[in-house]
Amino acid sequence: MHAGIIFFLVILGSILFHIFTPWYWTDIASNWKGMDDTITLTFWVGGGVFVAVCLFMIYCVFKYSYKEDRKAEYKPEDKKLEKILTVATTLGVAALLAPGLIIWNQYVNVPKNSIEIDVMAWQWGWQYRLPGNDGKLGTTKVVNINDDNPFGINLDDPYGRDDVMVQSDIINLENNRPVKILLRSVDVLHNWYVPQFRAKMDAVPGVVTYYWFEPNKVGEYEVLCAEYCGVGHYAMRGGVEVQDPNSYQEWLGEQETFSDLLAKQNKEIETKKVAKNNSNIEKVIYKEEK
Amino acid sequence: MSDEYENKSGYQAQSSEALTGSAGSTPDMDYVRPAELPEQDLYHGHTFLTKWVFCQDAKVIGVQYFLTAVFTGIVGLILSWLMRLQLGFPGLAGFITAEHYYQFVTMHGMIMVVYFLTALFLGGFGNYLIPLMVGARDMVFPYVNMLSFWMFFVAVAILMASFFVPGGPTGAGWTLYPPQTILEGTPGSGMGILLMLISLALFVIGFTMGGLNYMITVLQARTRGMTLMRMPLTVWGIFTATVLAMLAFPALLVSAIMMTLDKVIGTSFFMPTILKAGEVLEYGGGSPILFQHLFWFFGHPEVYIVALPAFGIVSDLISVHARKNIFGYRMMVWAIVGIGALSFFVWAHHMYVSGMNPWFGFFFATTTLIIAVPTAMKVYNWILTLWRGNIRINTVMLWCLGFIVTFVNGGITGIFLGNVSVDVPLSDTYFVVAHFHMVMGIAPVMVIMGAVYHWFPLITGRLLNETLGKWHFWATFLGAYSIYFPMHYLGFIGVPRRYYEMYDSPYMTSAVGMNEFISLAAFLVGAAQFILIFNIIKTLKTGKPAPKNPWKANSLEWHTSTQPPEHGNFGERLPVVHRWPYDFSVPGAKDDFIPQTTPPSEVVHTKVEKT
Repeated sequence: MHAGIIFFLVILGSILFHIFTPWYWTDIASNWKGMDDTITLTFWVGGGVFVAVCLFMIYCVFKYSYKEDRKAEYKPEDKKLEKILTVATTLGVAALLAPGLIIWNQYVNVPKNSIEIDVMAWQWGWQYRLPGNDGKLGTTKVVNINDDNPFGINLDDPYGRDDVMVQSDIINLENNRPVKILLRSVDVLHNWYVPQFRAKMDAVPGVVTYYWFEPNKVGEYEVLCAEYCGVGHYAMRGGVEVQDPNSYQEWLGEQETFSDLLAKQNKEIETKKVAKNNSNIEKVIYKEEK
Repeated sequence: MSDEYENKSGYQAQSSEALTGSAGSTPDMDYVRPAELPEQDLYHGHTFLTKWVFCQDAKVIGVQYFLTAVFTGIVGLILSWLMRLQLGFPGLAGFITAEHYYQFVTMHGMIMVVYFLTALFLGGFGNYLIPLMVGARDMVFPYVNMLSFWMFFVAVAILMASFFVPGGPTGAGWTLYPPQTILEGTPGSGMGILLMLISLALFVIGFTMGGLNYMITVLQARTRGMTLMRMPLTVWGIFTATVLAMLAFPALLVSAIMMTLDKVIGTSFFMPTILKAGEVLEYGGGSPILFQHLFWFFGHPEVYIVALPAFGIVSDLISVHARKNIFGYRMMVWAIVGIGALSFFVWAHHMYVSGMNPWFGFFFATTTLIIAVPTAMKVYNWILTLWRGNIRINTVMLWCLGFIVTFVNGGITGIFLGNVSVDVPLSDTYFVVAHFHMVMGIAPVMVIMGAVYHWFPLITGRLLNETLGKWHFWATFLGAYSIYFPMHYLGFIGVPRRYYEMYDSPYMTSAVGMNEFISLAAFLVGAAQFILIFNIIKTLKTGKPAPKNPWKANSLEWHTSTQPPEHGNFGERLPVVHRWPYDFSVPGAKDDFIPQTTPPSEVVHTKVEKT
């Protein structure tokens, strides 16, 4: 009999823990409130099923504990009951799935007015690139990356020249403006994750992945790498500062563009570098074709 | 449910020995089709080596598998202690560097999933129980079965050897995601990962030998009258899991081979162009996501390879100890088969945020939530079996009840993670860690423990001590629940998994106390397992001898000529089966159980339902 009591206390304790927990999600700072709402819905439905199943089990433990003179019921099947339970479960599951898919549909369709940000990851750090006045990011290649071209921008791509380069692990964002995070990695898997924004996606070497969100709360947030990337994984942090439009424009104006960087370098040296880079590219292409 | 009454004149009833004198019955009602094949010849070992080491008896092989798997499990447990030491009390144990921590994480995961749970359920319980439960004298290929164990043994030896090579074992995470797995920057990216891949390949080869045995024994070597729909659910669970394993493990094998080639001879299956320390490496054009697809095509069915035998075993334990037939047997069988089939269409729910084409999310979220329906049906049937039963609250039943609580809890959080957009904030956080430990760590271990207490008298002839068993259960259940239930909430905060330390963010400092608590609970749960070891030693030395069929069960393993069963299992004659194994508390019957071997003529006045 005491077994039933302990199981009951476990279930009761779980409910109380959920109600009074000081550990819960951080205040949301993006448009993905729908994710939180779906979690809450799943909590109600799923938690309800969990509690109901366990309480029924505890009831059975109390009511039907072994007695020498009692005989258990003999009823191999109950088609009607099984059918009711199947239909009810299917409906419940569908009710949870529907909002999940609706929000996923929003997640994969990026709004047209969003600003693209190139998030570049490596073992172990981050840096960022914003499009310049043309509103477009220049194309890049891993093999182009060197001290003079930290983002590996293709030098013959006209869109790349005015790109804004943020060689820091902290990036500023404009409040209430959707951003499309374009992720790339030069070595292994990484994941640019800010708990308050809810969203995340892996950065995969060899391809560019993306996700989007709209920050809606001014403040500073910590960026965590959320995909295991080797021994420095836990230390691979960065930062985001969400600012109102005025301060953001001010910050943006202070940043260096790719052409600024190129201009800084001596013209002659620059030409040499370009030639060297181009030959590098050719070498690699040749190798890949082989 | 028992035989159909078919009046087939012209056939001599095959099991009419017991009939003489039964009132009001004809020999025909006990008719069972004759055997189609002669019995197999068994090789009986005579030396110590052939009897206990290179033994061809599936029961001994089962015990060998069991003990080897438990050994790896203890290694995995110690690794988890070391991890919790670092997470709960960072810096307290100075020897745990970040490299070590990641090596512990990786080896713990791989050992527990593959070398402990899979080997224990299929190699251990599968070998011991399948021939006994289907009424066979042994597996159909005993020699290959023996090779299977020794291949597994070599795989474990190589895995353990990787702790002692230069650089240590691999620290790539148990998922072994390239490119980091084989690049410097990950601990053990030299010898460690090579030994891991070799060990996995040998495991798959060894498992294939065993798996062929389990499948073909179930399909071809069942005794007379043992139709598929009269098999205990344990056999259904292990059989379906074996079929899954035979289809899933090849994906692991090829990915291990491809990664070995990437590592050793510089192919680029999984390796794109990579810039490392300012140098462009000699790789190009490979796809890291391809590996993830291959890995999870193995990895998700793997979850059910562990879960289905647990489902089957727990169904039998609940039915026997609730003295009631399993509710909805046919539904249970089809749920096992359906879950098995569906498990091949859900793998990419591990990859929602992996960078694969995001449109896959719609498909895999839908299939994943569909699989929740047959799973939920199984849960309903377990608790409906308890309902109106006559439940013995003994140690075995406690483990079953603990299984129901932890499995439902972990199953519900699976609905969170399967539902694609809910997964986005939760993936790669401690919510995932809590979920999969609850559902495929704790829940199956609950079943293993229940099974150990249940079948111990069969294997050794002695009953384990009940008081110690209950202490063992409560310490394990309450401890494990207080590890993993609060851990979900760390995931809500956003604490990422696989972090060596995490406390410099303001919102995470609140988790310090929680982490200390979880670590203490983890030490307790690990220590509680020594109660079982003590119980086993004590019982083997001084325990009371078990009566024959101590639980009054119906299935064939309790109706052998001797207990523990000898080589060949059933003495002179193989048993003949007349009914399913769940005829408990049948109205009109003298006892509250009717063994599968009881012919209908002996129980004519009972209200047995026909299949």
